[in-house]
Amino acid sequence: MAAMFSQNPLMNGPNYSISDTPRINAPEGAREHRFDPYTDNGGSTLAIAGADFTIMAGDTRLASGYSINTRHYPKLFKIGGTTADQKDATIVLSVVGFAADGEALKERLDTICKMYRYRHGKPMSVKACAQRLSTILYQKRFFPYYAYAILGGLDEEGKGAVYSYDPVGSYEREQCRAGGAAASLIMPFLDNQVNFKNQYVPNSGEGHALQERERRPLTRSEVEVLVKDAFDGAVERHIEVGDGLQIMAITKDGIEEVMLPLKKD
Amino acid sequence: MPGFDFSNYNRNAALHARGVPLPKATSTGTTIVGCIYDGGVVIAADTRATSGPIVADKNCEKLHYIAPNIWCAGAGTAADTEFTTNLISSNLELHALSTGRKPRVVTCMTMLKQHLFRYQGYIGAYLVVAGVDPTGTHLFTVHAHGSTDKLPYVTMGSGSLAAMSVFETQWKPSLTQDEAVKLCADAIEAGIWNDLGSGSNVDVAIITAEKTTLRRNYIKPNERTQKLKSYVFPKGTTAVLNEKIIHKEDLSKFVSVHELTEESGDVMEVDA
Repeated sequence: MAAMFSQNPLMNGPNYSISDTPRINAPEGAREHRFDPYTDNGGSTLAIAGADFTIMAGDTRLASGYSINTRHYPKLFKIGGTTADQKDATIVLSVVGFAADGEALKERLDTICKMYRYRHGKPMSVKACAQRLSTILYQKRFFPYYAYAILGGLDEEGKGAVYSYDPVGSYEREQCRAGGAAASLIMPFLDNQVNFKNQYVPNSGEGHALQERERRPLTRSEVEVLVKDAFDGAVERHIEVGDGLQIMAITKDGIEEVMLPLKKD
Repeated sequence: MPGFDFSNYNRNAALHARGVPLPKATSTGTTIVGCIYDGGVVIAADTRATSGPIVADKNCEKLHYIAPNIWCAGAGTAADTEFTTNLISSNLELHALSTGRKPRVVTCMTMLKQHLFRYQGYIGAYLVVAGVDPTGTHLFTVHAHGSTDKLPYVTMGSGSLAAMSVFETQWKPSLTQDEAVKLCADAIEAGIWNDLGSGSNVDVAIITAEKTTLRRNYIKPNERTQKLKSYVFPKGTTAVLNEKIIHKEDLSKFVSVHELTEESGDVMEVDA
């Protein structure tokens, strides 16, 4: 199971320990049968919650192994609108990992949100949608959706809300989160630039008396700059990230979507 | 001749059996090509070095010197290509000195394949060998297990299929130098865009009977995108424990200090 959730398919290849190498002196006639239903399609996502907005982003490369399957595969999906084009949707789901599972997960959550609206005559809150997504993931505890999901929207008070998940449904509301192949490259940058981690007020004291830099909510334009810079950085150092950047901004006026180019090598 | 130290073998095998993973070597993913033309041979390479899915070096050199008239493009394990070409370069020079003749490309290729065959593929060097010697213009590929090919155009590495598709559609029996350079550069670019193991810039080497011309960063189609914001922190953002300033002038009393220029391509990338 550990290998299945590894971010790095190449590492799972020849680096097995001798203790679990394929058995060559197995009993006569015994043959190992395997079923490999998962592929890691690479790519990365990112979400940041602001005071009255949420920004979500993802690159648009769909890779497998050393190949690019397509350069334009969106990872961000609007959830729970009333029409096919989702123009009145208020929630965004981002998925990375195995693209087919991400697509299936998106379809399930969208259908459930629509059913909720017909039954109750009102749209689902992000909080409720977040809890429901966790349930969907845990239902497949022993044959998981190989997808790292992030859900974004506005909470009941109109504040930005970001919920992040592991593939089996453990979830948490957060200020910001990076997911997917370059998560380990982007997350430390976010900790530093969004939550001002490891930043102190110069000359404010010695040792433990040193004062931490005070947190302040970032503006939408500040967040958009961070998102672009985070992905430009990830593209430089991760081979599975690139081609295009899809950004969605969720505000009380609806969802705005932009596409920006990224490096294609 | 070569001296590998196997004294840690048993310890490492025991650790490995207990679940300690093998150390990961750099490279594997690469695009390298070569092409003969009327009057010489051209080899080219991309400049990305990887470690798993992470880019280890964005502008590394995969074109290796063997002799003034023989050059090698290397794919596979970075250290193996570097040390194997160095070793053969040295032995070929000694050979040239003792025979009093110019080194030949076949000699180089034979020494490489015999060395690599002896190590049964464990030395992960995949090479394109090219050169001009008194017997003519030559182009070979040498695989890690020791097999070789002699062809008018060749590709190797993870981007070899992308690069070969360019050769198979555009190559013709008679090429000028400019056409051969363009063809090789296009083949490398195909690897850069379509193979995740290859990227960044194109390096080219042109070998003729008269001289070898190395065109480092011949094409740079992947310039770094400018950051939208400055990430310079005010001094004191993290605690300063102590401070000591050594001036460059003082340092040069003990070691030689070189100023790196923009053209050399070795300047470190730093944000404003």
